[in-house]
Amino acid sequence: MQILLNGEPVATDARTLQELCASLGFAESKVATAVNGSFVASAKRGLAALSPKDEVEIVAPRQGG
Amino acid sequence: MLDIYGERFTSRLLLGTAQYPSPATLKQAVEASSAEIVTASLRRESARARAGQGFWELIERLGVRVLPNTAGCRTAKEAVTTAKMARELFGTPWIKLEVIANDDTLQPELFGLVEAATILVAEGFQVLPYTTEDLSAAERLVGAGCTVLMPWASPIGSARGLINRDGLKTLRAYFPDTTLIIDAGLGTPSQAAGAMELGYDAVLLNTAVAKAGDPVKMAQAFARAVEAGRLGFEAGLIEPRDMASPSTPVAGTPFFKELIFSDRSKT
Repeated sequence: MQILLNGEPVATDARTLQELCASLGFAESKVATAVNGSFVASAKRGLAALSPKDEVEIVAPRQGG
Repeated sequence: MLDIYGERFTSRLLLGTAQYPSPATLKQAVEASSAEIVTASLRRESARARAGQGFWELIERLGVRVLPNTAGCRTAKEAVTTAKMARELFGTPWIKLEVIANDDTLQPELFGLVEAATILVAEGFQVLPYTTEDLSAAERLVGAGCTVLMPWASPIGSARGLINRDGLKTLRAYFPDTTLIIDAGLGTPSQAAGAMELGYDAVLLNTAVAKAGDPVKMAQAFARAVEAGRLGFEAGLIEPRDMASPSTPVAGTPFFKELIFSDRSKT
């Protein structure tokens, strides 16, 4: 299915947010996630089923002022 | 000491981590500034570049407290979601709450700010809102449960200093027990000292240090200016006056009489 990952359209077979993170190599990474504008805690990614056209954000710490 | 939600800090200078020429310079600047708190943000992580992972390792090596921000958020909803992601990533209830009104001034969008602060306080966050010197917004934020306010001095990165000094002075007088931190717009150490002389509890800087010719030296300069300004405030500043008031005692001035009776045409 097609989803929007960090603003870019991508095709994925991941059924959950956890599977998506794992497929991107983020399973053990310092990242936080949101789906369709709502925060999804790392412990709940396995319960977050993905649907076509979902908008997923995966963010990490970065320099800031 | 600086009080942030019951935690106390010796340094009254908070430093941003963006725009430094290199990670090594950032590290040296933080050390030179004696800052105990640095700000950081969240950005989209690319599976290829993985830039965030390297930055996180650097932050851990700095050994300072991290104050995550919600920079770039335009709505209360975006800011609330970003704050929740930041809490999980950085492991802190602190959030430097930014809801931005427009690109030209990067002015805080006060209505969204109050809305987001109210939601986040209710969810257990300790909110440090980036606001203006507006008293009614400040009142709403304090009413929502913020015990720290971070008014701007001038637009972010503008280096224009305290453009509404009187407004900031009023804010300080109106909220004597709230921790007030000047956030944004400071360009020179003297401006930081000026903010501290007004009785502000701390200042937060980024661009003025990161973009300086020598960021490490500038970090040191700001650290000293903040300390000097605070000492000046604590010492009690004299009131300004319009006319001169001689500092040297007038009594006993040599030639005092002679001047009165002298023939001025001879001098």
